[in-house]
Amino acid sequence: MEMVSALAQGFAVAITPTNLILALFGCFAGTLIGALPGLGPVNGVAILIPLAFSLGLEPTSALIMLSCIYYGCMYGGRISSIMLNIPGDEPAIMTTLDGYPMAKAGRASEALAISAVASFVGATFGTIGLTLFAPLLAKAAIYFGPADYFALYVMAFATIGGVTSVNPFKTLLAAFLGLMIATVGLDPATGTARYTLGSFHLYDGFDPIVAIVGLFAISEVLVYLERVHEGGARMVPLGRAMPRLKDMMAGGWANLRGSVVGFICGILPGAGASLGAFMSYIFEKRWSARDGRFGSGDPRGIAAPEAGNNAASGGALIPMLTLGIPGSGTTAVMLALLISLNVQPGPLLFARQPDMVWGLIAALYLANIALLFMNIPMIGLFTRMLSLPQWILMPFVVMVSFLGVYSISHSSFDLFVMVGFGVMGYVLRMLGIALVPVVLGLLLGADMENNLRRALSISTGDFQILVSSPIALTLYAVTAAMLALAFVLSLRPPKNDAAVTD
Amino acid sequence: MRNLSKLLGAAVVWTSLSFAGATAAECIAPADPGGGWDFTCRTIGKMLFDQKLVDAPIQVTNMPGGVGAVAYAKVMSSRADDADLIVATSTVGVTQIAQGKYPADTSVMRWLAMLGSDVGVILVPKDSELKSLDDLIGVLKKDPSALAVAGSTAAGGWDHIRLLMLAQAAGMSGDAYKQIRWVQFDGGGPAVTQMIGGQVQVVSTDLGEIAGFVESGDVRILAALSDERVPAFPDSPTAKEQGLDVTGYNWRGFYTGGGVSDDAYGAWVDRLQKLYDTDDWKKTAQENGLVPVWRGGAEFDAYVKDQAEKMNAISREIGVVK
Repeated sequence: MEMVSALAQGFAVAITPTNLILALFGCFAGTLIGALPGLGPVNGVAILIPLAFSLGLEPTSALIMLSCIYYGCMYGGRISSIMLNIPGDEPAIMTTLDGYPMAKAGRASEALAISAVASFVGATFGTIGLTLFAPLLAKAAIYFGPADYFALYVMAFATIGGVTSVNPFKTLLAAFLGLMIATVGLDPATGTARYTLGSFHLYDGFDPIVAIVGLFAISEVLVYLERVHEGGARMVPLGRAMPRLKDMMAGGWANLRGSVVGFICGILPGAGASLGAFMSYIFEKRWSARDGRFGSGDPRGIAAPEAGNNAASGGALIPMLTLGIPGSGTTAVMLALLISLNVQPGPLLFARQPDMVWGLIAALYLANIALLFMNIPMIGLFTRMLSLPQWILMPFVVMVSFLGVYSISHSSFDLFVMVGFGVMGYVLRMLGIALVPVVLGLLLGADMENNLRRALSISTGDFQILVSSPIALTLYAVTAAMLALAFVLSLRPPKNDAAVTD
Repeated sequence: MRNLSKLLGAAVVWTSLSFAGATAAECIAPADPGGGWDFTCRTIGKMLFDQKLVDAPIQVTNMPGGVGAVAYAKVMSSRADDADLIVATSTVGVTQIAQGKYPADTSVMRWLAMLGSDVGVILVPKDSELKSLDDLIGVLKKDPSALAVAGSTAAGGWDHIRLLMLAQAAGMSGDAYKQIRWVQFDGGGPAVTQMIGGQVQVVSTDLGEIAGFVESGDVRILAALSDERVPAFPDSPTAKEQGLDVTGYNWRGFYTGGGVSDDAYGAWVDRLQKLYDTDDWKKTAQENGLVPVWRGGAEFDAYVKDQAEKMNAISREIGVVK
């Protein structure tokens, strides 16, 4: 009861005409920033923090606007994944797998509608979880040790082979390529430089967002150039401009399953939205394996990862607010924002500055509703993007990619890295190797290694520590069960042709 | 209508560009948003504007890479004479310089000032059997690998070196204290939560980031590595009081390019000193676990160079630098 009144107080703080206008602006700007490749929530919020200050906004108003931008980016990231096969930000990579095939088949508006609904369900689930359980769930972060994180990443890598419907060996090869790329940089445990060729620019390794923009956007342009040379690219059939209500709900229960999996990943600091989207997709694919058409435009393949990454974004706010630990780049920016507003996240935040926290939570609910109502009408606008001639769209993609990457680090070195990844992406595509597992290897590989190193530092090199905690053992058991299930399913005759892989 | 989304996209990009290109002074935080250097830039940048010491809000640029080495190289090579640029740094940056991990030594920059300092602390969980520094040293002397100690830096970083300085002062030999188990986490917050969860037994890190955990009573300060007791926690003893003459400050300050004129350099030192003299700064510093300490201009320049030399000596002694 106390919580309800606290939340009501939060809404009272959040709902004023000025705040509502700022919330709408934040949602709109956030969606666009998220949709543009390279520009993500990290630089989106970082860029707009000075704007909030120069407008002289009240701290609560600034917080509301910027948290709307944060949630807006999470909604927006999916748009270019679906329309262009270019993820707008890291968590949106999984949405390319089924979203783009669906758009290519002329069902772009359906894909956008399914993902908008999934984003809404996931984000609402995450926000409700944050409201009800924040102090309780903060404990999860405390009892999850390095060995347990390692087991979680083992689970992710063990299931990575099933992520695409092409040859699983090529998928594994791609994941290992990503792992290798992740080893470049300063070794966090000892500070030793690895594969940096003596360049300070490589000390921090390759930024995943630069790799993603290169691998997907630049290679897309290269593939397009080749097609033009060979005689014209095929126009994508447009399909209907606005989705029907039935199409919106096509995600069905996958929305909720994805939300649960994503939320669990979100509350673990360091795991975050990318892992949430990935695990939701893998889980959904296993769950619906018998009649699935995953990889060729299954609605559940869009709904699950979108619900997952949005639920994870809500979940990731829990360790950030209650422990002051940013789990990802985006929550790190939110942390910076709170600190610059003189809000000190940590164990005492809920007791000391309840107005601010409940105002923020209320703003997240508002942002969610605003985003859903804003995104459905915008579908018509975005589907028309596909009717643009490619010779306009592709140069625009190149321009946005360069600007986006440069705005992250202000470094021309990263532009070369991006182009290098673009060429690599082109070669991999020509070899029929999927790009998504490369990025997953890169995103998850570094964390997996760090946690292994931490576990072994604690045990002075004794590998037994990896199997000595109940959490880790449970995770290994689930992994084994998932692999066994995949094996059993592969022995049974497939129900339809689409389930046959390679 | 069909070009609307593109136009808006261009507008967003344009906004970001015009911010980056504004003529206001710029503060480079050589790290991702959310960290200590980012905090230094954002807080002090905002206060300089609030106090009307600069005409326009200070633009904060995040330039992560190489624990500050990328920003150092950038300023050295292309912005050495940019009078509108300041760069946040701290003891962590100087440690890297002292260990030869930056592209150049301290002489290529002009060191402006430090305005405050974070204090290194040795922490244990609230129900730990270790009640004093003596208890800790006693256990480590008996068996150096008996305890797993965590911090926010790699082995050989400032959090680790401070711990080893204590061991050294207590009379442990290099061969013994090399065996102390060191676990790196991505910040003091994760290190402390992992300690509360029982993964490690002791944490050596800065107080500022984790002060909330001390206030809430989840962890205890075994020793503060400062000359005097930390004002926010008057009940927590220093290492000096417990007989080990070790301090481990992590000061926050700024440098600017080596080619900046004496006038521009002096103007920055002056602005920062005026800010330091306000009550607002002292209040903000204390709220964030910093002790307000001023060293500016030539005095600070000499202090940084001296600190780098001392750290280099310590690093050699404990075998971090060959």
